[in-house]
Amino acid sequence: MIQLINFLGEHIEMIYILILSIFVGVEVIGKVPSVLHTPLMSGANAIHGVVIVGSIIVMLNTDASNILLLSLGFLAVVMGTLNVVGGFVVTDRMLEMFKKKPEAKK
Amino acid sequence: MTQQYILDLLYLIGSITFVIGLKMLSGPQTARRGNLVAAFGMTVAILGTIFLYEDPHGNTSRETIKLGIIFGGLAIGTLVGWMTAKRVKMTAMPELVSLFNGMGGACAALISLLEFEHNVHDPMRIGIIMAGMIIGSVSFSGSIIAFMKLNGTLKKSLRLPNYNIINAVMLLLNVAAAVCITWSGTDQMHYVLLAFVLALAYGVMFVVPIGGADMPVVISLLNSFTGLAAAFGGFLYDNQVMLTGGILVGSAGTILTVAMCKAMNRPLFNVIFGAFGETASAGAGHSVQGSIKDISITDAAVLMNYSKKVVIVPGYGLAVAQAQHVIHELEMILEERGVQVKYAIHPVAGRMPGHMNVLLAESNVDYGKLVEMEEINPEFSSTDVVLVVGANDVVNPAAKTDPSSPIYGMPILDVENAHHIIVNKRSMNAGYAGIENELFYHTKTSMLFGDAKDALTKLVSELKSM
Repeated sequence: MIQLINFLGEHIEMIYILILSIFVGVEVIGKVPSVLHTPLMSGANAIHGVVIVGSIIVMLNTDASNILLLSLGFLAVVMGTLNVVGGFVVTDRMLEMFKKKPEAKK
Repeated sequence: MTQQYILDLLYLIGSITFVIGLKMLSGPQTARRGNLVAAFGMTVAILGTIFLYEDPHGNTSRETIKLGIIFGGLAIGTLVGWMTAKRVKMTAMPELVSLFNGMGGACAALISLLEFEHNVHDPMRIGIIMAGMIIGSVSFSGSIIAFMKLNGTLKKSLRLPNYNIINAVMLLLNVAAAVCITWSGTDQMHYVLLAFVLALAYGVMFVVPIGGADMPVVISLLNSFTGLAAAFGGFLYDNQVMLTGGILVGSAGTILTVAMCKAMNRPLFNVIFGAFGETASAGAGHSVQGSIKDISITDAAVLMNYSKKVVIVPGYGLAVAQAQHVIHELEMILEERGVQVKYAIHPVAGRMPGHMNVLLAESNVDYGKLVEMEEINPEFSSTDVVLVVGANDVVNPAAKTDPSSPIYGMPILDVENAHHIIVNKRSMNAGYAGIENELFYHTKTSMLFGDAKDALTKLVSELKSM
């Protein structure tokens, strides 16, 4: 219990960020037209690819001679990048189709 | 120290772009720029980490080999991700989102596996690591199953007897394993690997019983899971950009999941625990009286040709038959003949909410012609012909009239108010919900049987010859 309180106390700024981010996330998404649900899901999917930052940190902190850890870290970087790049590109492709239309016709 | 502050500022930029990006993604005018804004912030955060990150305990080093591996990984991931995303057919897009989501989950799980050793003496951190690992693994294996279900590799919903109990037990085992490892302070890696395998298995068991039509909800849910796993990573490293990015997606994804469920009038609980199958069979006992009326291609073409206003209701069947281009052709011919054409888009039409819009946009349908349910419903009474293509439950009047129906209460398109209704379907088989649709027996309704693409192509050539 004391450990938990200590932990929370040490990370109090993170807890604030956590709680405020939850509300921001809810608010920001609140009024999305259902038309945009799919691109939004895809865009959000790309954003959680930020987990790649963690995989880079793992790599930077790893002993350069430990082949096993290096290869697992490499795998994590590749998968994180797939999430980020694939996510953003596919979202862009979807939205590109939305945008083109009004201009082409009018 | 200054270096750390610069990195903190870069992370701040990253977090702000995520919020702004998500905000802009929620409006059609700004959506595309919003996506780019978030992508820019992501690039800043990634490059900043590579060049500026320093571990507080001084474990960080930048040997050429490590940087080489990082950049190699980035290059491979970028190349493969880019190519796949550019090449995928728009109809196959939901499963691709699921696949990318799984990659993120796997990345989070791997980070936790790699960090375990360094933190064995700190139970709080082990707790965080275990949470990130289990959520990430469930998201990974669940997304892969969702991917396989959507692309047709895995066709049947496999349901073991009492699968809900089995799943609940597995979930408990997962939590128990995490708690034990955290509590005991063990440094044994094989316990962690066991928990890892258990979590992967749970992800599979979690998604396998869920039907293909519910996959969007599941993907959206797993999407917020991965966000949560990323946020745990943020706690682990005291990394604000991971925390904000992860939590934003976590909460936004949850809202999105709830919105999808609401549009389908399906409590999330039922999606996950599969109560649907049972209620559906109860409702199916209610049979519909009346007879079915066929219509030939020629008659359908004539009917539409001499209409003033035609509303097209596209559904899942249109997506499956990949008939989005043909339908646009049909729309253009009718417009040339002075017929006003609109598309009525039900919130859950297609494989994902908004999927229909993306599909139709791909075939160059004017964005302004896609009308949402609330706006089009009052217009049906002044519509001459409604053409329903591969949709079923979203036009079933039972949702309004029959309280015993499993879809009772779901908002539907009021197509029965139109003068004529033409329904294109492959067969008389019931829709996803497994219930009869009395609309098909309505005196105003004619059935045009056949594959959507086939039937529409014939319809187009018939219209051309008129």
